[in-house]
This record gives sequence, structure tokens and C-alpha cells, in this order.
Amino acid sequence: MHDLKPITALGGTTPRVDTVGETTLAEVPDLALASVAARAGREQACAKHLKALIGAQAPSPGKTWQTDHYSAVWMGPDQWMISADFATHEDIAATLKSQLEGIASVTEQTDAWACFDLSGPRVFAVLELLYNINLLQFKTGDATRTSIHHLGCFVICMKPDHMVRILGPRASAGSLHHAITTAMTSAL
Amino acid sequence: MIINHPLLGPRDSAEFVNLGAAELMNRPDPETATPEDWHDYAYLRDNPAGAHRELWFHEGGDRSILIVTRDTTTHEITAVELARNRGQRHDPGK
Amino acid sequence: MTQANRLSGGQIDHNTALEFTFDGKRYAGHPGDTLASALLANNVRLMGRSFKYHRPRGPLTAGSEEPNAIVELRSGARQEPNTRATTAELFDGLSATSQNRWPSLAFDAMAINDRFSNFLTAGFYYKTFMWPAAFWEKIYEPIIRKAAGLGSLSMQADPDEYDKGFRHCDLLIIGAGPAGLSAALTAGRAGKHVILADEDFRMGGRLNAETFAVADMAGADWATQTVAELSALSNVRLMPRTTVIGAFDHGICGAVERISDHLVTPPKGKPRQILWRIYAAQTLLCAGATERSIAFENNDRPGIMLAASMRAYANRWAATPAPRVAIFTNNDDGHRTACDLHAKGVKIAGVIDIRPDAPRSRDYEVLQGAHVTDTKGRLGLTFVDVRLADGTARTIECGALGVSGGWNPNVHLTCHQRGRPAWNDALAAFAPGGTLPPGMSVAGAANGAFSTHGALKSGADAARKALGLKGRAPALPRAEDAPVAQTPFWYVEGCARAWLDQQNDVTVKDVKLSYQEGFRSVEHLKRYTTLGMATDQGKTSNMGGLAIMAELAGKSIPEVGTTIFRPPYTPTSIGVLAGRMRGKEFHPTRLTPSHYWAEERGAVFVEVGNWLRAQWFPLPGETHWRQSVDREVTATRASVGVCDCTTLGKIDVQGTDAATFLNKVYCNGFAKLAVGKTRYGLMLREDGIAMDDGTAARLAEDQFVVTTTTANAARAYQHMEFVRQCLMPDADVQLISTTEAWAQYAVAGPNSRHLLQKIVDSDYDISNEGFPFMACGNITICSGLRARLFRISFSGELAFEIAVPARYGDALMRRLMAEGEEFDVTPYGTEALGVMRIEKGHAAGNELNGTTTALNLGMGRMVSKAKDSIGSKLSERPGLNEADTLMQVGLRPVNTSDKITAGGHLMRAAGPVDAAHDQGYVTSAAFSPTLGCMIGLGFLKDGGNRHGETLRLVSPVTDLSVAVEVVSAHFVDPEGARVRA
Repeated sequence: MHDLKPITALGGTTPRVDTVGETTLAEVPDLALASVAARAGREQACAKHLKALIGAQAPSPGKTWQTDHYSAVWMGPDQWMISADFATHEDIAATLKSQLEGIASVTEQTDAWACFDLSGPRVFAVLELLYNINLLQFKTGDATRTSIHHLGCFVICMKPDHMVRILGPRASAGSLHHAITTAMTSAL
Repeated sequence: MIINHPLLGPRDSAEFVNLGAAELMNRPDPETATPEDWHDYAYLRDNPAGAHRELWFHEGGDRSILIVTRDTTTHEITAVELARNRGQRHDPGK
Repeated sequence: MTQANRLSGGQIDHNTALEFTFDGKRYAGHPGDTLASALLANNVRLMGRSFKYHRPRGPLTAGSEEPNAIVELRSGARQEPNTRATTAELFDGLSATSQNRWPSLAFDAMAINDRFSNFLTAGFYYKTFMWPAAFWEKIYEPIIRKAAGLGSLSMQADPDEYDKGFRHCDLLIIGAGPAGLSAALTAGRAGKHVILADEDFRMGGRLNAETFAVADMAGADWATQTVAELSALSNVRLMPRTTVIGAFDHGICGAVERISDHLVTPPKGKPRQILWRIYAAQTLLCAGATERSIAFENNDRPGIMLAASMRAYANRWAATPAPRVAIFTNNDDGHRTACDLHAKGVKIAGVIDIRPDAPRSRDYEVLQGAHVTDTKGRLGLTFVDVRLADGTARTIECGALGVSGGWNPNVHLTCHQRGRPAWNDALAAFAPGGTLPPGMSVAGAANGAFSTHGALKSGADAARKALGLKGRAPALPRAEDAPVAQTPFWYVEGCARAWLDQQNDVTVKDVKLSYQEGFRSVEHLKRYTTLGMATDQGKTSNMGGLAIMAELAGKSIPEVGTTIFRPPYTPTSIGVLAGRMRGKEFHPTRLTPSHYWAEERGAVFVEVGNWLRAQWFPLPGETHWRQSVDREVTATRASVGVCDCTTLGKIDVQGTDAATFLNKVYCNGFAKLAVGKTRYGLMLREDGIAMDDGTAARLAEDQFVVTTTTANAARAYQHMEFVRQCLMPDADVQLISTTEAWAQYAVAGPNSRHLLQKIVDSDYDISNEGFPFMACGNITICSGLRARLFRISFSGELAFEIAVPARYGDALMRRLMAEGEEFDVTPYGTEALGVMRIEKGHAAGNELNGTTTALNLGMGRMVSKAKDSIGSKLSERPGLNEADTLMQVGLRPVNTSDKITAGGHLMRAAGPVDAAHDQGYVTSAAFSPTLGCMIGLGFLKDGGNRHGETLRLVSPVTDLSVAVEVVSAHFVDPEGARVRA
């Protein structure tokens, strides 16, 4: 086991937590991520294998699902982001690659992203200052990729108005964190 | 403007990058094209007042390139399709 | 602090006093007041000076259409010019200052302009400041700018914050008067998502300003009750203090919500304003109507205002501009003002009605068939001169005059997509017509339904229609339904200095002059006289000007045409348009995984795109950046250096057609690249010009990791997606960016292998034999951490690039520093990187500058003829392949102490120095600590055959002329022995 100590996307040794009123923004560092893109002509095979592997139908455009160990987000046509717990699945890309050989292209994405969970009452009041997606129709299981202050992000709805997960580019974690916390202070 | 993405529904055009006229997809056949064909492809564009087919890259979204038919005088969008569907011949059931 | 003109009642809290100052003098008002209503209550009519003639002015209106009562609010950094006193909500501690006057509002030295008004008529500037041309910039313009203009800027940064936000709805209702409230009730009760936006801080529109009953209660009470019902509906969002400033494409509206403008300062962390982008499936415009004036001699004195505004001040704000007022009207609406003010105890000096059959009153005198011919009072109205129906003159003493010329529907937002209002004969006004923005409909007074009943009904009907609601229409509350009877009457015969546009000082005479001089189209009239071009966009003046032009031309008003309105509906602060995107937040910042470590080392950072990169790492005692950079270069070439190159774009290219794909995007070949090998690749644009370069490492038969330059990463990815989706849709290739997933460090120098051998796990052989130049592969380091190793070199030394998952980047850098101590490992920044690549002759952004081809870059032979790639065909064009084409060369000064300057041009050793004799130019220059002098890279005509020649490097701008020798671009290790060591 190597002895290199990781830092979080915000540069800390422990994840950052910010609270405004009853709403909390928590940095989530313990996430392993890999992208899965079906090989040309193997789209159905890929969806089938993913289902067997992870235990649920590959999500359709704009959607996400979660099983015991994995969750998946639709990224693009025939492309998904699979995530799991980092402590047990740091090798998620290698695992998926070995099982989807010739069926899908798998790319490690764990450290491409910074992840934040925003939870509490009136989360949507914060989100409406950040991005343009129609929150009237943003339901549990919706996952959308959009821009927050010029940053390409995934926003995943866990519970409308109460809990969302935001994945943004890791190198800009500081800017994204600043954008979300200022919106929290402004809106709440 | 709002672009009705074939997979994701209505999305703000701010999420997209305009890549120019859809004629860019008609790259000359390198085996048979004449220098004039290449010149036309690289440099000549129509600039219609009216329906215009153009490419919009969903950079802030799913990274699809869309072919959008937009009236340049009113911004009315009459058709949107995925660029990658043009000419795709793979059998997805394979 | 008596409020001499304060009346009873209204929608203000008489029991609470708010203190404020105007031009330093203290006054008191009440919650619910605007600055204008509070000043009027305090018997202050004079609030501003006009733009050109500096005429004393008071409020003309009680709303956002106000042209006159324009003041500066607050002081210091929060000073805000050009704010309408008629919409500024009063708060305790408000400080307001009049503007465009010197030394004081009551005595303004620039009012001398008014005496010279014969010279300052329309077109004065165009005629006077024609010549000499050189005088314009230096003499005329500064003088004019000083004399004209409105408020002044604080010249300090705005300390407040502004947000942007996004909201969606089924129906956006603009305006919360009777039509808007009725529409909101209809849509809200049907369960639709409704946004009701109103620019006022109190919803209700004219209901708050009138004494009509609605549903057997006061209109204002009905509005309050309705707002309460709406706010209880979860599907209805009420947005008071929100101005919809523009109607844009596809149902998107812009709206400014004033969150904190009614507070002394915004609460900490709260914005002053929010710019909302509202996505509305349907939009219903219920913006009401604006009263129009009548032009007569000296109709701009403080105290002369629109009659319905005077009524609003009395009914809503319990304020009258004077204890004794008169009315001048051409319609029944003016009489309402007289009635309401009389009921409030204000003395009505007379109602002057142009109609011979005007209704009479028991309470005050009505002068039928009479006109106002002139007015008196230097800083405020004292008398009006009236010509009676029988031709006799009469003077009426009064402190205020309400003027009513009828109403114009507020069509502004219907014009924002070039919709043109249509003349409506029944209304004698322009009403929405022709093409409305898609999804927009109009109701209430904005659509010509002027009665309360008409507004309530049209609002409900329009909402039902827009939303496709079925079933029986619900009953409407009972309300007045007076018929519309507008007979146009624009100006009093024989007047000259009769103001149309009070903000820009345009008179009836100016319009006549414009006509005489041939500027007769509406657009010419506007530009020649500046009519309607002030910050109010002519809301109270355009119609009058148009009507007079029509009369002069002997045409009807619709024949003369109308001007259309542009966004924003009312003046909008620049701050809210910028939102959070200012200063350091203008764009996001990207940090590399070693950023915090570099900060600890005292690195100096430079912005590259959005990235912050360490530029150099100064050591104690180093006082000049060159000392640090020279040391970093020397140490790297002597032993080993480490540089963070995480910022290079990294794209994972996979699929069975990955090699075919790279063959298409790179001009050189990749099909035969062996697994475990890396190759330099040059991307061309289709026109044959170099676009970007980088390396592609083949990690598997069907997987490459491609790098792009830092600056071009997004562009290169976009281009690759274009090729994949648009040109090769059948190919089996998948792309994804992995730039941020990996921390990547260049480890360079003769000891780089020794250093890496200390951390690379022993399973992996990185000797020259086991891992030769251009090798690549997946490895593990530090006992098991997955990593990628590439043996590539930008510096020209034996070098590697090592990548680990980003979260371990910080730890790896610290480990490299610790393990490298025995080799005196040196971190180096982008400057040292740049010096070393120039020493090695590697092209970078300065050379791939959007004008150069592979041939220019000395890579002409790389463009494969065996395959087709993007740009390969057009790079064969004769024009890009002439015999004396520019070729990359190295340059060194003949006299080693001379400077080489990037951007300088190359000329022959003797002969003229001009563009016709240009031989080429310098793209990159640096001091080379390795060579001990400055060196440069440049492009030189036929440069490949001119090594050894002496040229002049010139820069006529800086008088530079230096003798330079043309040499190979590879200053260091031209044979490449070091990289292969």
C-alpha cells in the first residue's frame, strides 16, 4: 500500500463543510468515478452488460439511478458516468474495463471532478442563482449537465428542493465552491 | 435562444458553441475532389436571410453536435437533429 | 420638518417618520413614500435641471416614465446617478442630491444656456462644431461633455454585489395592475406556474392611485386582498420591485429585481439587485398606460405635472404638489383629478378644458373651451395664463397644474423583437399590433382596455387564452367601466418654447425646425432633435413629436410612422448586468494539484487561460526574476528539475478506430505507432494552417492519451468532436477529457531517471533499454499507486512526464522534492520551461500563431502524403509552398550583449528598412543562461538555406536595430543525444 496522502479537491486533508442557515454544502471526496462509452455497434450489448454488472437499467438521457454499490448518470449518447465508494472501489475503472472489454471504452474519472452535496430546506432557491435548468420539473432521479458560472457541471436531484449533488471540474473546485456558498448566502 | 435538444429537450443556447454552417459536414472526398472543391469547402459560405442550417456544439451539456435550422431574420428554429445520426450505418443491435 | 402639503389617508404609514436629506437639507416622510412624494409633501417642487438649458424642473409623473426628477442617490462609493425620484422608495437615512446644476439647484450658472436658446436649437451641435475637424476631440467635445450630461459617477468601485438567476414559468405576467392581478388569479387558481412581476414596490398599479371601487371595496383594498390570495398559492411567485427590461428570443425575458435598493445598505452577503432570466412558456404584458401631456408655452415649470400623476400623489401618497392647483385637460380623466383632490381638501383653482361641452362641477370652476397660453414662476409655478372660449385672457394663481392629454398604451416590450405598434383610431393612440414576440399577448390598458372592468376582464380572458384553459370563465369583480373618449389635442396654437421631451429639452419649435430642414422621417426627427433619446426613451414625449410632425406634413400619424422601443425598458445598472462576473470572479480559476505546495514555496503565478501556473520560484536573496529563471534552467540542465504540466489538455481516445481517427486529425501518421510508444502530433486546420500540437501515447491497441497545449485544450477537443461526430460518424471512437483527472509533472535533466527510480516500483524497468525515448506505459509508484509514465522531453534534456490521480499530486510533488534532495532537485516554472524550449527550438503558441503552416515550422515533411488528414490537401496549395516561404530559424546577436526582441522584424544587413524589404520576424526571445546571451526563434524567408547569414533585427517603434546571425533553431544538443541518454 502506497503512502502518498491525498488532498481533497479544495486542497484540504478533510472535506470542507459550510452551513448557511439550515442548508449545508459538503465536499464529497470519497467518490470513485469512471466513464463508460459504448463501442460503435455495441450500444445494446453495453447497456445489457451494465445492467448485469450494476443491477439496474442504464439511465436514459437526463437521468440517473442508484443501486447498493453503484450509481450511474447519463453523460451523452451511449455514455454514462458510473460512481461508487472510493474506499472500496478506487479501482472502478480497471474493474469496469475488464468486464466491458470490446464492448465499451472505460476511462478513469475519479479525480476529474469535485463533488459537493447541497442539502437542507430551499435548496432550489440556491440553484436558481446558479444555473438555468427548469427546477419546476427537476425531480428525484434527474441528472443534468449544464454550466454554473462557466463551469461544466453535473447536477443530480436526490430530493427536490432538499438535496442535490453537484459534480464540477476538480481544478475549479475553489471557484465552484465560492459560487455555491455566495449563492447560499444570497438566497437563504 | 432556446434549442430543443433531441435528447434533452429545450436548453438555453448559452450552453452551446456555434461551430458554423452545417455545410462543414460535407467535406470533399479526398480521392476525387478538385482544388476548387476544397476552396469552396474551406472558404465559401452562404449567408442566407432566412433558413440556415448550422452546427451547435453542446459544450455545456452532453457534447453532442446538433444541426439546427434557424431563420436568421427571426431566430425561429424549425428543426434540430443530432449530427452524428447523419450517415451512421452501424447496427446498434450488434 | 413640517410636511405642509401632506394630505390624509393614502397607502403610507402616517405614524412612522422616515428622515432623509435632499441637497443636504433634512426632511421627513413616511413608509410607503417615494422620494418624489415625500419631497412634494414637504412643499419641494424643484428637483432637477434640464439637460441642455438647465431649466428648473420638478416631477412630471409619478412613475418610471419620469423625465425630470432625476437625482443622485446615496454618497461615496454607493453614489448612484440618474435615479428617478418618482420610483425611489423612501427609507430612513436616504440622502439624495440634485444633479446637472452648479453651484446649486436654485441658482444654476449654466442656466445661461436658456438665454441663448435661439442658438442652441435642434441641430446646433451638428451645425456649429463642424470644423476644423481637429478641434472636435480636443476642444469641442470636452466642453460639451462638461456642460451637458446628467449625474456624475463616484469613480469608485461599487461595493455591492449583484446576482444573476434563472426562473421558469407557464405564464409570466408583466405588471400587477387590475389586468395583471386578474390574469394571475385566473392562472394561479388553475394551478399554473405563474410569475407576476411589477416594477413598483406595492402591487396594484392604478388601483392604488384611484378611488374607484372594485367588488364593492376600495380598489387598493381589492388589490391588497388579491395579492394576499396570490401569495398563498405555492404555484404563484410574486416579484414586486422587479422590472421586466426586455423580451428576448423564444420566450426569454430579462428582469431586474431590486432586492436592497430600499435599504441603506444591503445586508451582508445579500445582493443589491438580481438580473433574472425568466423562461416563460407564455408572456402576458399588462404594463398599463402612460398619460400624455399637452404642449403649451413654458409647460415645464416645477409644479406642472400629468394630471393622473397628481391624482396618484394625492390618493396613494397623501401628498399634493401645492395647496392650490389647476387642471388643464382635453378629456374626462382630468376631471377625476380635480374631484379626488377636491375631496382631499386641496383647493381647485379651476379646470381648464379645451372642450366647449366639458362637464361642469358644483365644487370648482370649469373653464370650457379654454387653453393655457403661458405660465409664470421662476423656480416653481405661480400663475397660469388662460385664454377663455370667448378669446379673453385670464390669469389663475396656482402652485401646480395637472395636465391631461389622454393615455398611451405601454407597448414597449411588444417592440423588442421589431414588432411595430399599430394606430388605433378608437383610442387615438398606438396599441400593440402586427407581430408580437412569440408567446406574448397583451391585456388591460396596455392593450387599450382603459376602464377598470375592461382591464379585469381582458386580463382574465388573455390568461385563459394563453394557457388554453377550458370551462366557464369565472365571474369578475364589479368595477367601473367608463367608455374611452380620447380626442387628440397635442399642443396649444402659437406656442414656441413648449416642451415635448423635457429630459432632452426638445420643444415644439425644434420639431418644426426639423421639418423645415428636411428631417421629416421619424427616425431623422429623433436623431436631429434628440427627441425620445434620453434615458426615458421618450415615454412621455414621442407621441407629441410625432403628432406635430404629422400635422406639418399634412399626413395622419400612422402615415408618419412610429419609432419602436429597445431594451431595457428602464435604465439598468451596469453592475446587475455583470452580476458576479467581476474582478477575480470574471472567469473561474483553475488550480493544479501542486498549487498549494507551490504557494508554500513562494511561487509567482501567471494566468494561462483560466489556469494559475507557477511562473518561477524565487529563492531568498533573488531580487530579479531573471535570477530565479536562470538558476532554474541551469539546475535542470545540470541535474534535475520538476515542472507541473497538469495544465496540458489530455484527451482519452479509445475505440477500434482510434488510430484511424488520429490519422485524420493529425497531419502525421499514427496507424503504425506501437503500443507503449508516444509520438509528436501536429494538428492542422482544414486550410492547412497549424492549429495545435501535442503528443499521442498509445497505451493499448485501442487506446491513446492525447495531449494538447494548455491554451488550446477546449478548442482542440471541440475540433476532435467535430471530426468524430460530423466527419466520421461511423467510426468506433470515443473521446473524453481527462485533463483534471491526472496530476502530471515533467521531471527533466540528466538525473531525472535516478530520481524517478527512487519512486517507481521495482517491477518497472525505466532504464534506457527498458524504457527508451518516447516510451510510455502504466506503472505503479511508491508501493502501488497507479501512475502513467511518458518519456518525452520539451526541455531537450533526458526527461519524463509522470502522472498520478490528481488527489495524490500534492503528495507526489513533495515526495519528488524530498527524494530529489540528493540531486539538488529544482522546481521550475513556466518561464524556465519557455527558455529551455526556445534553447531546444521547440515551437509553441508564439510559433503556432494562426498564420503558420507545417512547412513554415520546419515540419513540412511530416505532413503525410500516404493518407488524408484534415488540412493535408489545402497545405499543398502553391501559395503556401513558394520557394522563399518563411521557415523557422534560430537567431543570436552578433554582439552577445545585444537584445533580441520578440515581434521585431528581420531586414537584410544593408538596404532599406520597410515592409517591402521585410525578410521575416521574431516570434520568441529569451536570455539563454546556457549560451550566455539572448537567443530568438523566428520565421525567415527561405530560412532553411540562410544559416550563417547576418541580418538586422529592427523595431522601428522602439528604434531598435541589432545585428543578428541566422542559426539552427536547435541551440542546445542539436543531435538529440541528451533526450536519448
